[in-house]
Order: sequence, then C-alpha cells, then structure tokens
Amino acid sequence: MSQLAIPEEAAALPEILPPPARHGRLVDFVLLHPGIAIGGGLIGVMTVLAVAAPWLGTVDPQSLDPANMLISPSAGHWFGTDMLGRDIYSRVIYGTRVSLVVGFVVALLASVSGMAIGLVSGFFRALDPVLMRIMDGILAIPAILLAIALMALTQGSVGNVIIAITISQVPQVARLVRGMVLGLREQPFVEAAIAAGTRTPRLIWRHIVPNTLAPLIVQATYICAVAMIIEAILDFIGAGVPPIVPSWGNIMAEGRALWQVKPFIVFFPAFFLSLTVLAVNLLGDGLRDMLDPRLGSGK
Amino acid sequence: MLSYIVRRLLATIPVMAIVALFVFSLLYLAPGDPAAIIAGDQATVEQIAKIRASLGLNQPFVVRFGHWLWQVVQGNLGTSVFTGQPVSAMIAQRIEPTLSLMILTMLIALTLAIPLGVIAAWKHGTWIDRAIMIFAVLGFSVPVFVIAYLLAYVFGLSFRILPVQGFTPLAKGFWPFLRTLILPSLALGAIYVALLARITRAAMLDVLAQDYVRTARAKGVGQSGVLFVHALKNAANPVVTVAGLGVALLIGGTVVTETVFAIPGLGTLTVNAILERDYPVIQGVVLLFSFMYVLVNLIVDLLYSVFDPRIRL
Repeated sequence: MSQLAIPEEAAALPEILPPPARHGRLVDFVLLHPGIAIGGGLIGVMTVLAVAAPWLGTVDPQSLDPANMLISPSAGHWFGTDMLGRDIYSRVIYGTRVSLVVGFVVALLASVSGMAIGLVSGFFRALDPVLMRIMDGILAIPAILLAIALMALTQGSVGNVIIAITISQVPQVARLVRGMVLGLREQPFVEAAIAAGTRTPRLIWRHIVPNTLAPLIVQATYICAVAMIIEAILDFIGAGVPPIVPSWGNIMAEGRALWQVKPFIVFFPAFFLSLTVLAVNLLGDGLRDMLDPRLGSGK
Repeated sequence: MLSYIVRRLLATIPVMAIVALFVFSLLYLAPGDPAAIIAGDQATVEQIAKIRASLGLNQPFVVRFGHWLWQVVQGNLGTSVFTGQPVSAMIAQRIEPTLSLMILTMLIALTLAIPLGVIAAWKHGTWIDRAIMIFAVLGFSVPVFVIAYLLAYVFGLSFRILPVQGFTPLAKGFWPFLRTLILPSLALGAIYVALLARITRAAMLDVLAQDYVRTARAKGVGQSGVLFVHALKNAANPVVTVAGLGVALLIGGTVVTETVFAIPGLGTLTVNAILERDYPVIQGVVLLFSFMYVLVNLIVDLLYSVFDPRIRL
C-alpha cells in the first residue's frame, strides 16, 4: 500500500523501537502471521474455483456418459470418470461450492444465533438456567449423530444440511458468549456505563458485543471447518444432499464400493476436502494468535 | 467429596432429560404414521384409528413421552420398523465391535498423544515442537474417512499386512481380533491424538511456568522427574477434561470408520437405519451414544478429585 510513508514514520519514532521493516507491509504481515496468509490464500483460491467453476474447463457435473465410465485420470478427464461416466474433475470443482457454502453459512448462522442466546443468557438471569440446560442437552449428543438424526427427519438438501449442522454447533457459541458476557459485566467500564444510565440494548450493542467479537470470529472459523467435515460425512453415509449433487462427500460415497480398484475416485475429493479444512484451521489458529496474544502459541 | 459426587450426579439428570426429550421428539416428528404401516394397505380409516388408539398414539405429547421414557428406563427401546426385532437386541448384537474399536482407539491415542504433548512442551519453540504441532493441525484437518482410506490403501492393499474389511470377535482369539481393529483404530484415533497432544502441550507449558517447578529444578530434580512427576500430574485435569469431551469425536468418527472398514457395529447399524428411515433404531443409537458420552464425562469429573485433592474439600 503506502510504502512511501514507512520511512517517514520510522524516522519520527524513538530509537528503542525495532528498526523499520525492510519489506512491504504485506510481506511483513505474511512473515508475522503465516497461518493467516497461507490459510486465507488457500480459501481465496477455493473461492475462485467455486465461483469460476463453469469456466475452468469443466463439463456439466451431472451429465452421464455410460460409454466412458471408470476412465483413469488422463488428458481427456484429468481426474478420471466415475461409475456413471461423469467427469470427476468437473464434479470436484463444482463440489467446492457445496463445501464452502455449507462451511460459511453454518459458521455465520451458528455465530449469530449462538451470540443471541449467549447475550440473553448473560443478561436475563431468570432465563439463564433454562437456556443453558437446553444447550447442555444438545452438547450431550455428539455433533455428527445429532446432524444424522435431524437429517433423518427431512429431505436431503443443502438448506436442511446447513440447519442440521448449525443446530449442533450453536451451543458452543452460546456458552462462549455467555461466559464472556458474565465476565464483561464485572468490568469497570461496563459498570460505569450502567451508572451513567446506559440502557440495556445500547449497553449490549456498544459495550458488550464489540468485546466478544474477537474470540467469536476464531470460534466461527473452527465451526466452519467442522461444518465442512460433517457435511462431507453426511453425504458419505447417504444422509446429506441428494447423490446427484456434485459434492465432495457424494463423490467419495460413489467411489466407496470401488476404492480398492479405482482409488482415484475417492482420492481427488478427499484431497480437496482435506486441503480446504486445513486452510480454514490454519486461518483459525492464525487469527487466534493475532487477536488474543495471551493464548499465543500456548494452546 | 460425597457432596461433590452427589452434585455431579444430580447435574446429569436435566441433561439426560433434554436428550431424552430430543430423541423422543425425533420419533414424534418422524414422517409416516406407524398405525397406518402396521394396519397395511387394505386398512380402512376406522381400523387405522383403532390401532392408533391401541398404541396410545392419539394421546397428548406429554403422556406419550412419559410412557416412552418409562419403557426406556426399563430397557425397552422399541421395535425396528424394518426387521421387527427389538432395538435393544439389535444394539446388543452390534455393540462389541464398536466398544472394542473405541476402547482400543483411546488406549492407542493416550499412549501416543501424552508423550507427544510432553515432548512438545519440553522442547518448546524447537523444530520438534513445530513438527508435533504441524502433525496436530493435520490430524484436525484431514477427515477420518480420508485417513481411513489412506491407511487401508497403504497397509491393506499395497503392503498387504493388515485386513481392510470386517471384524473378528474376541471369542475367536485375541490376535485375529486385534488385527482387524488396528487400521480402524489408527484412522479413528488421528483426530483424538491431535486434540490430546495439543491440550497436553498447552497444559504442560502452563505448569512448567509455575514456581514449584522452578523449586523442583533448584533442588536438583532431574528433567524426567520434573516433567512426569511434578508437571504431568498437575497438568492432568485439562487433559482428562478434553479426553472426555473428545469422546464425542470418537462416537461421530465410529460411524464413518465402520462404514469404510465394513465393521458390523453400531456405526453401520446407524447408517443402515438412516438409509431405511428406521426411526426406532436411530432413536436407540442416539440415546445410547449420548448416554455413554454423558457417563464418560461424569467419570471425568469424578477423576478431577483424584488428580487435584483440593476438589475433595
């Protein structure tokens, strides 16, 4: 960005500060937070793949071609074809859309609803025991099992998968936010705001919410990673989006029966899924180190 | 001490009640009318109504929930829609592979993860620490079925050392039993090892910064004495807590691992029940797994007082 400004600023600083960086700001940031750079970069690439899927040399990911089934990776079909002759490269690239949408939307929905429940629990103490017992009850059902059970009730669709996974992730956020609210309420600046006559809605919005955001963003990235894995697992066992939808879990499910002879069907979606989840986790770890230095490299 | 145990036991009651309510609602909300299914295609509306009344299906939600809960407490989980067998019998038939898999996974994971975490904390900031932490991030990120296929491909298909499918009961000998479980346990355990190594390292780093560790060093306690006697015991509580919470990952992972390795356990039972929309079976499995999970975490809470005598006060 404004690289010219750096020497001037540095000249004005006292000598005890470290010498000004020799690199540009971007390079400095990357060196200081490699996780955010690598993770964020990979997520950026995946987003481009998802958005630009139709223009990346793909064919219709649902088109069947019985004459060309189970072709090994080759020039014509980079990742080979599946049992129904569908091009796996196209299905994997389009599959990026499902994983990213599920990951991002679940992270957003779980954060917003968990935040709401946590704030209510932290401020309206009469409701707290009831809400937290319900959260504990949901937490007592392992997330994948809860999502499976909920999917058993409805039709397989991306929307329903998102709702099922969100429900399993909300309690974590609600507990996190509630804990932070209870801690913040004891802080002098909050007491001062109350003493100055700040009304509760304004107090929550101006003083509480901004102070919960940093840990919440970190938690949201982890939820995004977990949501992508659960979505793939649901598809893999046949409880997720309909099999015709190109998603990484579905491609792996199709390759399941043939993995000993045609391992490439499972390999490509597995690789993309692992890489994307890794990117999100690296971003989460990097954000945690950056936003909360106290946790630092400790955990 | 006794009041602590009683308090913890009482605290699990509302949690299990919420779980039971959720699981019951699952059957209550499930599409399809059980009375119509039992009556068959030829039944008249009156016949269906009669069956519905005899099953108690026309009673209010609360009454049905109470009745169902009373049956569950007595061990009656209902009947499978698909096979007609009692759900509790189906679970009993399939519990051995699942429990064996989970216990072996926990054993392997604990013996791997705790030394890894201790070493990472001891060599804090070195390349050894970094290598262990990179492994931990990978363990979190590579989903269980990917690790499962990778292990099966390398050790099962390429080297042909271990079987990649099926399960041999313990009754047919310990070695054949163990052989079928090694690859599934390693696959299932990866995320658990990652989780535990990370928390062990963090807890050890906290403890190693304490004054009493410095005192121990000052009076000449050796490195291993400091690490394993003074530090690890005091770092035990967070590790045990996370080990308990991580059981949720194992339970979820079991469903997938059993599918990949074709192990006839509760995981494959769940998957089949999903595909057949066999709600009583889904209900039974969810209830059982959640109960196991709550029980494990209750035991974890009771273990605190073993590692930290202050809690007994």
